Amino acid sequence: MATIKDKYAIVGIGHTDYSLNSGRSELHLALEAITAAIEDAGLGFKDIDGIVGDHPSRVDAMTIGSALGLRDFGFFIETDFAGGGVPGGLLHAIAGIEAGRATSVVCYKSLNGSSKLTLPGFSFAAEPHELGFTRPFGLLAPAAYAALAARRHMHQYGTTSRQFGAIAVACRKHANRNPNAIMYGESMTIEDHQDSKMIADPLRLYDCYVEADGAAACVVTSAERAKDLRQWPVCIMAAGQACVPCLSRWTKDPTVNENETSYLARQLFSMAGLVPADVDVLQVYDDFTPLVLMAIEDMGFCSKGEGGPFVEGGRVVWPDGKLPLNTSGGNLSEGCIDGFNHVIEAVKQLRGTSTAQVKDAEVAMVCGATGVPTSGLILRR
Amino acid sequence: MPYLPMPPPLPYVESEGFWEGCKRRELVIQRCKDCGTYRHPPIPMCPACQSWNWEGTKVSGRGRVEGFTIVTRAVFPGMPAPYNVVRVELEEQDGLLILGNVIGCHPDEISIDMPVKVTFEDVTPEITMYYFEKAA
Repeated sequence: MATIKDKYAIVGIGHTDYSLNSGRSELHLALEAITAAIEDAGLGFKDIDGIVGDHPSRVDAMTIGSALGLRDFGFFIETDFAGGGVPGGLLHAIAGIEAGRATSVVCYKSLNGSSKLTLPGFSFAAEPHELGFTRPFGLLAPAAYAALAARRHMHQYGTTSRQFGAIAVACRKHANRNPNAIMYGESMTIEDHQDSKMIADPLRLYDCYVEADGAAACVVTSAERAKDLRQWPVCIMAAGQACVPCLSRWTKDPTVNENETSYLARQLFSMAGLVPADVDVLQVYDDFTPLVLMAIEDMGFCSKGEGGPFVEGGRVVWPDGKLPLNTSGGNLSEGCIDGFNHVIEAVKQLRGTSTAQVKDAEVAMVCGATGVPTSGLILRR
Repeated sequence: MPYLPMPPPLPYVESEGFWEGCKRRELVIQRCKDCGTYRHPPIPMCPACQSWNWEGTKVSGRGRVEGFTIVTRAVFPGMPAPYNVVRVELEEQDGLLILGNVIGCHPDEISIDMPVKVTFEDVTPEITMYYFEKAA
């Protein structure tokens, strides 16, 4: 199979402020992030000839192309599965360039996830065959899905709420250094976590992400073209998607070794020619702390069932931990931009511009949501 | 009435037989007519052998709690918290999971591997819901 390793690069990034109430439309936010990313790359708007959006979104490629003044362009697509799909948007960008349909592709995510200032009719996409058997029983909020998996993990491996809390506290500590994080000025101790109210047992409030308004974008082009652009390019060593089919999201068993995240990690490490120990900084989609713990296991950073002890004791905390995690604060404390914030932070780490900069970071890994079809990246300086 | 089914179930092509079964107080699970594998929720093709041939089969309604949560923050009007959501593995087949609520049982009593059996309630003239209760 042909490899894409090192053939493509992220040459521009842009994002808005992340807030609880943007007061702007999702289109406005998207355009702010997109134009910032294009300018960051040193490109003109008209150099963009491909657009990768994210589902669910009310911002479409035609409107964005129109706003940017593009005359015509031949590549556009939306990724699926929200937080699972975002890193995979870059794989789609690469596919478009590889197929000769585009040269410079902008990928973006925009949402008013906190203020809900969005067009009517928006709903989480799911098939009726699935919803009809979940909603009547009160399995409504994503937290309840995560709670089912978390309880199972605790039962099987003795994982504790404090261990979930270690992830929340690490992310908060990182957010406290990031002025764009919604929780920038709010500290959190493990006791604060333990005292926070129960949402869906065993998930407490501080196990859950911070809903946010905002947008983020990046520009992908060939490594060859990247050489002539403004920024030191961040090279894409591996980009992948992973789906392990099952009939419904709620049937996922968190204690089995084979799932989309483990499949994704195998693909990415194989493509990049690396092993987990080579990763200097890790960005994992973090809507709910137990799912981060499980993703760390599934990606091979520790064995199945050992995620609890692994995250305790500061291993994932910047600056001294061996594997700093979600160094901008992640969805848990920076604000949920459906995981595009993780892509942005990985690039900042490799440019040396993070607010929790890992010294000499050379390899960053990004992993989308776990428990749904997902996607990820391995990037290098 | 234990739980008002808000929002209501959405009978949908392949799942109509399931909800019709509830009205007869039967738990009817989709089963492949070729390889005999059960599946839930209903879809048109067998994930085990890709056959289109299926039928609704009455099952015992017995199983064990495979996973659960107690939702403590209400997210839907008409469904006050706290309430439990359980994932039950039915005895007919390994990994045959179905969601539900356990009724007639204090939240503290719910545990993984607890045996349960199905029960039914007419919650409106049109809708009969299935629930689970603790079994011996």
